[in-house]
Amino acid sequence: MLNLAKEKNPMPEQDPMVRNKNFKEVSTGYTEDMAVNEAMRCLQCRKKPCTTGCPVRVRIPEFIAKIAEGEFEEAYQIISTTSSLPAICGRVCPQENQCEGRCSQGTKGEPVAIGRLERFAADWHREHGTDESVERAEGNGHKVAVVGSGPAGLACAGDLIAKGYDVTVFESLHKEGGVLAYGIPEFRLPKAIVSAEVSALQEKGVEFVNNAVIGMSMTVDELFEDGYEAVFVGTGAGLPQFMNIPGENLLGVYSANEYLTRINLMKAYKPEYDTPIQIAKRVAVIGGGNVAMDAARCAKRMGAEEVYIVYRRSMDEIPARKEEIHHAIEEGIIFRLLTNPVAIKGTEEAYVCGLECVEMELGEPDASGRRRPVEKKGSNFILDVDAVIMAIGTRLNKLILETTEDLEPNKKGGIGADEKTGATSHKGIFAGGDAVTGAATVILAMGAGKNAADSIDQYLEAN
Amino acid sequence: MYKIVGKRRLNSTITWLEIEAPLVARKARPGQFIILRTDEYGERIPLTMAGHNAEKGTIDIIYQAVGKTTLLLDQFEVGDALADVVGPLGKPTEMEGLKRVAVVGGGTGNALAYPIAKGMHDAGIEVDMIAGFQTKDVVILEEEFRAGTTNLYITTDDGSYGEKGFTTDKLKALIEAGNPYDEVVAVGPPVMMKFVCQLTKKYGIKTVVSLTAYMVDGTGMCGGCRVVIGGENKFACVDGPEFDGQLVDWDELIQRNSFYKEQEKEDITHVCRLTGGVRYYA
Ligand SMILES: Cc1cc2nc3c(=O)[nH]c(=O)nc-3n(C[C@H](O)[C@H](O)[C@H](O)COP(=O)(O)OP(=O)(O)OC[C@H]3O[C@@H](n4cnc5c(N)ncnc54)[C@H](O)[C@@H]3O)c2cc1C
Ligand SMILES: Cc1cc2nc3c(=O)[nH]c(=O)nc-3n(C[C@H](O)[C@H](O)[C@H](O)COP(=O)(O)OP(=O)(O)OC[C@H]3O[C@@H](n4cnc5c(N)ncnc54)[C@H](O)[C@@H]3O)c2cc1C
Ligand code: SF4
Ligand code: FES
Repeated sequence: MLNLAKEKNPMPEQDPMVRNKNFKEVSTGYTEDMAVNEAMRCLQCRKKPCTTGCPVRVRIPEFIAKIAEGEFEEAYQIISTTSSLPAICGRVCPQENQCEGRCSQGTKGEPVAIGRLERFAADWHREHGTDESVERAEGNGHKVAVVGSGPAGLACAGDLIAKGYDVTVFESLHKEGGVLAYGIPEFRLPKAIVSAEVSALQEKGVEFVNNAVIGMSMTVDELFEDGYEAVFVGTGAGLPQFMNIPGENLLGVYSANEYLTRINLMKAYKPEYDTPIQIAKRVAVIGGGNVAMDAARCAKRMGAEEVYIVYRRSMDEIPARKEEIHHAIEEGIIFRLLTNPVAIKGTEEAYVCGLECVEMELGEPDASGRRRPVEKKGSNFILDVDAVIMAIGTRLNKLILETTEDLEPNKKGGIGADEKTGATSHKGIFAGGDAVTGAATVILAMGAGKNAADSIDQYLEAN
Repeated sequence: MYKIVGKRRLNSTITWLEIEAPLVARKARPGQFIILRTDEYGERIPLTMAGHNAEKGTIDIIYQAVGKTTLLLDQFEVGDALADVVGPLGKPTEMEGLKRVAVVGGGTGNALAYPIAKGMHDAGIEVDMIAGFQTKDVVILEEEFRAGTTNLYITTDDGSYGEKGFTTDKLKALIEAGNPYDEVVAVGPPVMMKFVCQLTKKYGIKTVVSLTAYMVDGTGMCGGCRVVIGGENKFACVDGPEFDGQLVDWDELIQRNSFYKEQEKEDITHVCRLTGGVRYYA
């Protein structure tokens, strides 16, 4: 039975003017009926173009067919054969560029809501899934260390434990999850889901050692001395960038990392937590990616009356996920496109009191193929704000590179690793995720972690 | 969990704690710091390691109770445990090639200067320590300083103990007396460090300072600890905390450290949360 509707079943969401004052999840998820109805829009294409768009090759039409039949647990089981974090991917993957971007239904109408269905199956499993006793793979006696507990590290650990390895994950923060814990806000990805994924790994036998900064608490070489036979490095790209414009050290200028960490990891929005954060009235967030959207929407929820996204190109070039931009606009975030900051103004006590910007126009395409923004001479103006959040990207943290012998960087300054296998210049060290590619996506990081798990397995078998 | 195995009050506001943290103790070096969190609701605060014992797996911290976290920390007793201790963080003190050094400490800064002085002394460097305090009642660690340095000079602002005057006065006198210092290390309130640097600049003596900036992660991830050194932004947690004091933009540092002043004042007034070490939200 096919559902001929051209449009996706809409996602139930909190009212924008309500949700922009709380940190509860924006989208509340499909009901069973909606999920079945949406699943029936799938044509069950013979060539499965959707799956070719998925970096971890989720068996999309198969799991959708199960949802259509009302067999939700089976749907989840199919997804979990290839994806270890479906509740997370269903929420944060840029589906429009991946699976849904290739869906046959998308040529005449909207693609099947693959992401929403994935989320539905994962949530259904979390709520109703029979607590089948966790199967622990038989140990093979080999020890592997994973550095970093972001999606790359979690995916790698999950696959290794399933293969029988003794896996320990070392994390520098007090909580596991990487960007999933400290960056992506609760209203987009409830932290309980991240914790559930971590607990599931713990139940399978993965050990987590938090508060361990590899390179400081111990080096990678010392991990080998401690008996780990292979090490996966998934430390992410967490070094914040600033613009080097005047006023950047004024009080009220944050990196998005700091702002988001204070809010998400350290719960500055909950009164029972001690975390200090500036309560700003008018906030400018500089940048146009997911990070900028998250920072802006957090600022609004922290009580700011006006929040601006200041981005130097136009809506056509903005890199954030469409859904997030749409949500941000609904919540009242003001987009100042084709606008570039040139200086931050401060009061006598050094508190931020304005952001000086220039207007931009799009010129000829540059090397990236995008039209290059050029400054309109004399168009300077001041945006009246009391906080500025820099969300213009992150670089790769060099700690591991600097403290590990014979580990070579790649051209971008990240850890040099083979894209397919994760192998580095150092025997026994594998790397993947943002630490190698620079800021990318959750699913790509997971894919890299899984690939590395395979190559670690081959490497240790061969040895 | 990180168990407290020793506690000693050094004066009315300064306390010494010995904490079980084997991973940290194994690698700790003078000049490095940790970040701790008292409990689930706590802030992450940086504290210098005053000492460490790799065999016992313990580290020492000395802190001044100035605000909510340190006041809360003061409620912890031997046997209690902290939620998190991460480290060692920051670059260890550089000692290569040094023969004779003056270490200047101010107030609580003396506790931060102590491991540096002792580490240098243990490495065979001659260390003159100038420990400055406001008054006699707040003098701490005299025994330890004496044992860990070549010469100890105590100054108090009011002359109630040791020599009357500021640390800078004593330092000037020692330099003028012809003591050949390869380097001066200054740890204390930013204003003191600033004046030490102004003084030593005149004599052309390199001066190392340990900077306390607001920190979150301590690994270079948040950028909150940025300080301006020689006109360039550096992250105190990974590039420091020790820097060439003559290159530090002091005014900006002092300004940045006042960011949360208002909120901090408010937090302290919520005393109910600070008594008994028990959180009402728990
Ligand atoms: C605010 C924000 C929003 C985003 N939104 C999306 C989105 O909607 N969709 C999407 O697909 N992607 C999104 N991304 C990108 C995505 O989160 C990242 O690409 C992904 O998390 C990278 O995973 P990773 O495992 O490589 O690294 P990370 O998630 O960065 O994890 C690295 C972990 O390693 C730890 N670590 C670092 N150094 C050390 C060390 N020396 N020792 C021990 N541990 C260490 C870190 O503390 C961290 O926990 C977003 C990113 C941010 C910052
Ligand atoms: C690398 C480093 C090492 C440090 N070592 C020590 C130490 O060994 N012993 C010690 O007593 N203190 C040390 N400090 C300072 C210590 O971190 C602060 O005193 C502490 O964070 C105050 O926390 P609170 O919640 O009790 O007070 P808050 O209420 O947060 O602040 C009270 C006052 O303390 C000051 N303060 C707050 N945070 C910091 C900070 N991160 N750095 C400097 N001043 C701050 C502010 O002036 C504020 O007004 C160190 C700081 C750094 C960055
Ligand atoms: S491309 Fe779209 S319609 Fe075709 S199988 Fe995949 S999800 Fe179904
Ligand atoms: S404390 Fe976050 S970068 Fe230094």
